[in-house]
Amino acid sequence: MKLRNALIAAFTGVCVATPVLADLVFPALTYRTGAYAVSGIPQADGYSDYFTMLNERDGGIGGEPIKVVECETQYNTEKGVECYEKTKGLGALVYQPMSTGITYQLIPKASADGIPIHSMGYGRTSAANGKVFPYVFNYPANYWNGASAVVNHILELNGGNIKGKKIALVYHNSGYGKEPIRTLEELSAKHGFDLTLLPVDHPGQEQKSQWLQIRRERPDYVTMWGWGVMNQVAIQEAANIRYPMENFIGIWWSGSENDVIPAGDAADGYKALALHAPGMDFPLFDDMKKHVYDKGMAAGAGDQIGTILYNRGMFQAILAAEAVKVAQKMSGKADITAAEMRVGMENLKVDQAMFSNLGLPNFAPNLSVSCDNHGGAGLVAVQQWDAKAKTWSLVSDFKPTDMDVINKLITEDSSAYAKENNITPKCL
Amino acid sequence: MFYREAGEFKTSYRADQQTFPIGLDKLGFYTSLLIAFVVIPLTMSEYWAQAVFLPFLIFGIAAIGLNILTGYCGQVSLGSGGFMAVGAYACYKLMTAFPDMNILICVLLSGGVTAFVGLIFGLPSLRIKGFYLAVATLAAQFFLVWLFNKVGWFYNYSASGQITAPERTLFGYVITGAKAETLPIYFVCLGLLVFLAVIARNLTRGAMGRKWMAIRDMDIAAEIIGVNPLMAKLTAFAISSFYVGISGALLFALYLGAVEVGEAFSIQKSFLILFMIIIGGLGSIFGSLVGAAFMIAMPVILKNLLVTSLGWPGDIAAHLEFMIVGLMIIVFLILEPHGLAMLWRIIKEKLRIWPFSH
Repeated sequence: MKLRNALIAAFTGVCVATPVLADLVFPALTYRTGAYAVSGIPQADGYSDYFTMLNERDGGIGGEPIKVVECETQYNTEKGVECYEKTKGLGALVYQPMSTGITYQLIPKASADGIPIHSMGYGRTSAANGKVFPYVFNYPANYWNGASAVVNHILELNGGNIKGKKIALVYHNSGYGKEPIRTLEELSAKHGFDLTLLPVDHPGQEQKSQWLQIRRERPDYVTMWGWGVMNQVAIQEAANIRYPMENFIGIWWSGSENDVIPAGDAADGYKALALHAPGMDFPLFDDMKKHVYDKGMAAGAGDQIGTILYNRGMFQAILAAEAVKVAQKMSGKADITAAEMRVGMENLKVDQAMFSNLGLPNFAPNLSVSCDNHGGAGLVAVQQWDAKAKTWSLVSDFKPTDMDVINKLITEDSSAYAKENNITPKCL
Repeated sequence: MFYREAGEFKTSYRADQQTFPIGLDKLGFYTSLLIAFVVIPLTMSEYWAQAVFLPFLIFGIAAIGLNILTGYCGQVSLGSGGFMAVGAYACYKLMTAFPDMNILICVLLSGGVTAFVGLIFGLPSLRIKGFYLAVATLAAQFFLVWLFNKVGWFYNYSASGQITAPERTLFGYVITGAKAETLPIYFVCLGLLVFLAVIARNLTRGAMGRKWMAIRDMDIAAEIIGVNPLMAKLTAFAISSFYVGISGALLFALYLGAVEVGEAFSIQKSFLILFMIIIGGLGSIFGSLVGAAFMIAMPVILKNLLVTSLGWPGDIAAHLEFMIVGLMIIVFLILEPHGLAMLWRIIKEKLRIWPFSH
């Protein structure tokens, strides 16, 4: 006890809070270490490089400089909470937890503190109901859109009839991986396919038994909700049992270069869902090169530029920056608060003209957010890996998903949450 | 070894056998209580409460629990993470099944449930010892985590398999759920820690503790002098699990708010608690607390020092943190194999020789 108190006395000196600056503060809860670093690094780099570019080229957003505060979470929820507590006092505008587990943790905390969360394509799916979750956004698409998109793609390949087909779901045994199960079960009842669930425990390096089961049962299609090191192991294992790669479809978090390259040529034909276009074939990258890369200001090692997850990180930053612009317009001042940011996010409209202006023509589909719908339009495309050329390319358009099934589930789950937590659903 | 400070005379057995027979120690104890109950709540910031103090208080309880089993009774357990999960899920089921039940009662009852589960997993200890028992408890760890992942009833069939603590109040203060305030949580955790630590201290000084220690030192000899190994080992398992379960319930309900078993109660937690008691000192309540403080505070302090003060990139700091904490563990184990509690005792003795010889 005495030692502890002595220590405490020593630390109180260290813990003087940093003064609040008049910048636009974007905390980035990143993970550049641990079993998920392989997925975390490109995303973190993309997120901070885009903001660096805005600072260098435009002097921030609306003349207000941007400050990105990185905090290492190692994809661990407890560290994520620590990072949240550490950064929320800096005037944080929006949190992008980059982890479903941390998102779940932060939803109640951030809602109480009045800071919006943008869990882009992850997190709690039913947060799409903005009346129950006013501070949480998960546009442009959520896991249930993803599950439906996988099934739609399989339907398309089979001329609309998949009765009696077997689909296996290989998933990270966590809140993240379990999210699509309920939707897949509904869809399996609707379309008559058999669903096999194959959980993979954290961190996902050991998947022999799951793939042995796939080898034995030979499902017609395999879909995967994986992250970090789990993705590359799964693709390697699929290659080892000679599973036909074109029948293996990952969620958008299981389709980056880092996931397929380790399997070499064997990964050729592997498919994954996509929220945005792959590659560097956009005018924006000229600006990025001029203002960030050539000045040596790229985040991290700078070797992830143009990968799928780097673009994803950039997309997150773009959506945040656009929401800031909306908020600045609505509030009439450049230095916005978190509450104004929330309003900006709720009124965000993204169209092709805007993408062209940004130098990203046809990068992603249109998007409009409203109080009823924090989840966006849920338009999802499919991309495929070409191992020879080492490139991803979109093999379908951004298509709508089965919103009848999904909306029903969202209402069900969010009203259960509202009831558990005594929330009266309403627009803020 | 100095057991008594010179000049302290006791006139009754009662006075001689109290928990802190030395006046200076007693003063230190009350001072630390005063600091913990008054000074820290007045001065701590939200960040330090969330990052250091709350986890320290919660893991302190778990460390005391494991120390009862491993340090006092000599039964190595790698299942603490699993037992914490039992506490957390019991608390969740109680909270959702009986919304009107007081949260403190929920927490204590979940400790009871964990004690029962611990009792069952303690049964093999009657036949197997040492490393083999460690493996059996390891099985408990993996089995329990698997169970809470697999059976939907435990998480009320929620879509994500997560459990989320509903809002509960204590004396009008919200202590769980979204609107929970830090300070009431701090007091609840601190109160429980002090209460449980005092009980543990008294248990280990009494007949039960002596039986445990007899079993630890040599179980056959203990049996010959009349200690019933069945009772001694099973009570150790039950009481230890009670503590660990309470800690798990607090971690879930008061600290994290939402928990996913595979991550929050993984094998890492078992090792973390084991490291706490090894570094702090086996067979010492004070050691458990010091070990918990060390293992919780060290990474946070290093991170703040390297990232915030020195401005290093977060990933390099995180890697360095592994190395530094690992190195410190090794250094401590080589220089002071009996833990920080022993180190503290030696320091006291040295100080007593010079400069405080009277």
